[in-house]
Amino acid sequence: MSTIILFFCSIAFLLPFIWMLSTSLKIEADVFKYPIEWIPSRWNGIANYQEVWFGEQPFYLYYWNSIKVAVLTTVISATVSALAAYGFSKVRFPAGGWLFLVVLATYMVPPQASLVPQFILYRYLGLFDTHIGLILLGSFSVLGTFMLRQFFIGIHNDFIDAAKIDGAGHWRIFWRIALPIVRPAVATYAILRFIWTWNDYQNPLIFLRTDALYTIQLAMQKFTTLNGSFYTLIMAAAVSAILPLLIVFILGQKHVIDGIALGGVKG
Amino acid sequence: MASKQVASVEEWQQQDSSKKAKKSRIEKNESLAGLLFISPMFIGISVIVLFPIVATFILAFADWKFVTGIDQLQWVGFDNFRALLNDEKFIKSIINNAVFILTVPITMIIALFLAVIIDKNVYLKGYFKVAFFMPYISSVVAIAVVWQVLFHPSQGPINQVLMSLGIDNPPTWISDPNFALISLMTIHIWISIGFSLIVYIAGLQSIPKELYEAADIDGANSWYKFKSITFPMISPTSFFLLITGIIASFKVFDLIAVLTQGGPLNSTTMLVWHLYERAFLELDVGYASAIAVVLFLFVFLITIIQWIGQKKWVNY
Repeated sequence: MSTIILFFCSIAFLLPFIWMLSTSLKIEADVFKYPIEWIPSRWNGIANYQEVWFGEQPFYLYYWNSIKVAVLTTVISATVSALAAYGFSKVRFPAGGWLFLVVLATYMVPPQASLVPQFILYRYLGLFDTHIGLILLGSFSVLGTFMLRQFFIGIHNDFIDAAKIDGAGHWRIFWRIALPIVRPAVATYAILRFIWTWNDYQNPLIFLRTDALYTIQLAMQKFTTLNGSFYTLIMAAAVSAILPLLIVFILGQKHVIDGIALGGVKG
Repeated sequence: MASKQVASVEEWQQQDSSKKAKKSRIEKNESLAGLLFISPMFIGISVIVLFPIVATFILAFADWKFVTGIDQLQWVGFDNFRALLNDEKFIKSIINNAVFILTVPITMIIALFLAVIIDKNVYLKGYFKVAFFMPYISSVVAIAVVWQVLFHPSQGPINQVLMSLGIDNPPTWISDPNFALISLMTIHIWISIGFSLIVYIAGLQSIPKELYEAADIDGANSWYKFKSITFPMISPTSFFLLITGIIASFKVFDLIAVLTQGGPLNSTTMLVWHLYERAFLELDVGYASAIAVVLFLFVFLITIIQWIGQKKWVNY
């Protein structure tokens, strides 16, 4: 019984997506037909998607940019976070405690509060309007460090001491023992970081100017401005922007949900 | 400091107390290893976050159009903050931010309701988690353009439905000053439910089953069980969602940028949008930095409340 109620709730919840998908397959004249045609009577899907992907604003270019930025950000961020998380949890050194506090304190700063100096700094460093600059902005995540640290703490210190007695240095212990144990946590963080970077709109908007460097979110916005009344095309673009996320999410569902739940419960 | 340590190590070695020397060398190696592991993170954070936030606090006391070169920078003391108090748009932004916070409890109530149902014995659990999570993982820009068309004043599906239900003059939603903020809040709630839902489900699963079994033996009904077991037991989760939700509501930007640009008649402007306009459209560095300081103080205050509240109001 509750399954049925919930099922109707979920359909209502998904209606905007269903409308988006169905509109992307229609011809323009049928978009606002009422009652709404959920299953298009006149199909134009292939032509719509062709126009979006290879038309005047070729989405394949923006896709490539987004993939490049999101993948590199994810790899660098996961690496940097894992290294720092290990350093903060498994290496005992006097400065560690307060350095961790400093890092944690920056988590409180809303990202927008440091935007203006970041912008000025980027102009001086020549990182403005480059993909490298954009990637660096997403690469130092306190959240990632904090999340992975929780997992590293869970590794028993006896493991590490035993390895030390066998003559292994910290680098070997990190690479051969600790990292393999926390691999699921790294995967979880990496998937979340990929989704966040793919969806990011604010940083590309502020730190990119050149059209050819645009990520999918900026392209989407520009596309909407240019094609104001071609709703079938806009919806085809929206479907294209969401699809990779949906795939990543469905493949890594358990990881994503665990990651969110973990962040939530442990605060 | 370092050279002194090296010197003392050598002294000790000469005095043939090799045990101590070994220990101190291990400690030094340990410190070096620690610093090496955290240095990429620490250097990155320092350059990209720490240094800019300090600069924000300094620039808030300056008047500077960034394009004119640093020699045109003038120190103006508290003038920017004084100007904020007389800035209608700023006041309006704060009011809108405050109203927007209402989305947080509404999201939590809906999410808790759904979570309690999903946590019980329903089929298709996996499907429901994905369904309610979809808006949260989808990009806000894509979602925003979909809603833009759904909210279309004359031909949009929402208003067509309303008109067919006999409402002759439905609101024009995002182009109506009285409804624009409510429209944005609705979309924001729809996006945020998935996150709260997942967190609530995790919270519900950590409640010991014995409590419910004991209540069953006492013959308690489901409302009573919810009121006296579920609700108090998930209060830490609720508190966490409340705080993170409020902080997130201060950062809303994409929805405004894509849908309304703060309009109509400033009805949807908020702190972050105001900051963006002053900084990147008008290049008014000092003024924008003053807004950033205010934003920072708000978030700081909420975080402090969290630290105190965690101890006082929440059952663990």
